[in-house]
Amino acid sequence: MPTPRKPSAAGRGLIFGDLWEFDPAPETADPKLKERYELFIDGAFARPRTGKYFDSINPANERKLSEIALAGAADVDLAYKAAARAFPRWSALPGRERGKYLFRIARLLQDRAREFAVAETLDGGKPIKESRDFDVPMAAAHFFYHAGWADKLEYVAPGRRVVPLGVVGQVIPWNFPLLMLAWKLAPALAMGNCVVLKPAETTSITAMKLCEILQDADLPPGVVNLVTGAGETGAAVMGHPLAAKVAFTGSTEVGKAIMRQLAGTKKKMTMELGGKAANIIFDDAPIDQAVEGIVNAIFFNQGHVCCAGSRLLVQESVAERVVSKLKNRIRVLRVGDPLDKNTDLGAINSREQLSTIRRLVASGVREGAVMYQSPCVLPEKGFYFPPTLFTKVTQSHRIAREEIFGPVLSILTFRTVDEAIEKANNTAFGLSAGVWTDKGSRILRMSTELKAGVVWANTFNRFDPSSPFGGYKESGFGREGGRQGLLDYGALA
Amino acid sequence: MNRIPVTKTPKVYIGGAFVRSESARTYKVSDRAGVFVANMPQCTRKDLRNAVEAAAKAGPGWARRTPYNRAQILYRLAEMLEARSAELVGSLVQFGARRPDAEKGMAVAIDRLIHYAGWADKYAQLLGSVNPVASAHFNFTVPEPMGVVGVIAPDSPPLLGLLSMIAPVIASGNTVVALASEAVPYPAILLGEMLATSDLPGGVVNLLTGFRKELVPTFATHAHIRAVYAAASGEEMRALRLGAAGSVKRVRFTDLSGPQWLGEEAQGLDRIGDFVELKTTWHPIGS
Repeated sequence: MPTPRKPSAAGRGLIFGDLWEFDPAPETADPKLKERYELFIDGAFARPRTGKYFDSINPANERKLSEIALAGAADVDLAYKAAARAFPRWSALPGRERGKYLFRIARLLQDRAREFAVAETLDGGKPIKESRDFDVPMAAAHFFYHAGWADKLEYVAPGRRVVPLGVVGQVIPWNFPLLMLAWKLAPALAMGNCVVLKPAETTSITAMKLCEILQDADLPPGVVNLVTGAGETGAAVMGHPLAAKVAFTGSTEVGKAIMRQLAGTKKKMTMELGGKAANIIFDDAPIDQAVEGIVNAIFFNQGHVCCAGSRLLVQESVAERVVSKLKNRIRVLRVGDPLDKNTDLGAINSREQLSTIRRLVASGVREGAVMYQSPCVLPEKGFYFPPTLFTKVTQSHRIAREEIFGPVLSILTFRTVDEAIEKANNTAFGLSAGVWTDKGSRILRMSTELKAGVVWANTFNRFDPSSPFGGYKESGFGREGGRQGLLDYGALA
Repeated sequence: MNRIPVTKTPKVYIGGAFVRSESARTYKVSDRAGVFVANMPQCTRKDLRNAVEAAAKAGPGWARRTPYNRAQILYRLAEMLEARSAELVGSLVQFGARRPDAEKGMAVAIDRLIHYAGWADKYAQLLGSVNPVASAHFNFTVPEPMGVVGVIAPDSPPLLGLLSMIAPVIASGNTVVALASEAVPYPAILLGEMLATSDLPGGVVNLLTGFRKELVPTFATHAHIRAVYAAASGEEMRALRLGAAGSVKRVRFTDLSGPQWLGEEAQGLDRIGDFVELKTTWHPIGS
């Protein structure tokens, strides 16, 4: 005899958020910020030749946190020259000794983990639980992992000898400021390169704090140089004649501009660009876990994630159930003060990004998709956007094609496995994808067919220093992490 | 009047505890001038069996640690050794090493631990594989730890030899029962004290002191020891192989001697590979 069907999810949903308020639970560790951050060139903090500084504000309340040196072309040039001077000795150091510096950096960062987490949250707006439990420990893990490679380079390309490239120019984004810095610095240094790196203009603080650690670790001067500034500084870093390689993480638009800028030069490049990942839910998936996975995939770090699962593909037979559960779930997401330990979604990184999100969301409504937003109350000051879903999205809608980089999920449906593959791959991007199903064979079929650099099965947004990360197609080229990522920082001799 | 120093009772490190031999037997060790230093535990076959039990208990937990965690614990052990290297060098000199040799050996031993700390989260990528089988299957091979591994350390160098043999074995998640140098056992006692203050769980490394001729046969025949890594001579090698046959035990010998222990040839991925089993999994691909 068939068991009676359970009541619908909505019927037995528990919406605690309406019943009482949480007490504030702010993280109170001292982020130890300076009033002003200089450039870090040749092992010392230096005033910029431009004489100019720009404000770094807290996106959660729009208050000024600190001011940051604006590096001009002359500063970038000094940084490259310092790096070039440091390169012969640094690259000649035995790997086991070079590795010890990286181990020190990892340990010193672990020591100051909470301080860095608070600084990261203040500067970028991400919830403290993410900077504390993900960004900072993962950054330390990247240094630790690559430290162990420094004396094992003969295993990176078996049968070939790998040598460092020289000075590497790196430009990183604002969504994971410290973690992206670790992804860039650690493999470059392990291989024996020297670095000139530019953090994003809205999130320079933890990068500059890391320079304090580089000093404490006694890293030889010039091995790592940090220049701060906006797009113009970034272009100077990418285009400098002393750069043997450039590594960029950011938008596809800027990535294309850099590729044009460097056409005709011999510089090696790696590009980690945008994404519009399909997160595919089959009808045999464990639905409750899948709903949690969908939430993590799109609302992690307010959706400021290049590999975010921003296109949900749901099998038609379970679409109604999934959407209903999802609506219930996002109503209880806590949006607000990023420093509060209960906060799920913090602040949007900048006013500029907030207006990008608003513009694309407006296009979704205009083009006929149906919007649902969490009824949460947003703080009056600061940049916030509520968790947002769109149903009745078609493949031609802008919100299904363009990277929104915010807490906005576009939901499409499919009937067959082949249709899911077709729709998932119908994008210019190819960074990541998610698959939710109970069938192992189907996971492997999907993984075989999906044109994406990372496929998560029954999980999402997992990262590890040993796991190569990077994209297909317009999501970029090159990998970060693992043996493959390390090889991108060397030349075969 | 001069202060009378407090002398230490050497105890072996088994299952995370410091114990005497169950037999209450000891043997005397003297310094380079022939002056009595201490009574060392003369461990018995029963002590060895107890140590195997401790290692077997610690095994599953150690193997389940993430590779990153094992790497950090090995690195932490190197930190402990660096901080207390003066004490270890002192004991090597006390029992006959030249100071420059002892210092060099100590530095190499610490760097070697860091070398294997670095391997803990990398060897699987190099020893394992994804296999392109000619059918619709995802087929992959991963290395797994063997279990309890017996280590029989060389007489010389007593500490560098012991550490060089233990580190690759535990890096992959095995646990160890080791017999220290019979001639210079004291540094292994100090090593036990440092293991106890590192983050290495009790039972992952168990250190015995005693006589090789009493213990080697049990290393060979104990069915729960899955592999033996030995610095052994001709007759011992035959005895180990012979005894090991009864439980199809893996036996690996090191043929390093003297300054070879200092070189890069004394370390590396191959030594981790000697103490892993390879497991291949097949899974269909299809909708």
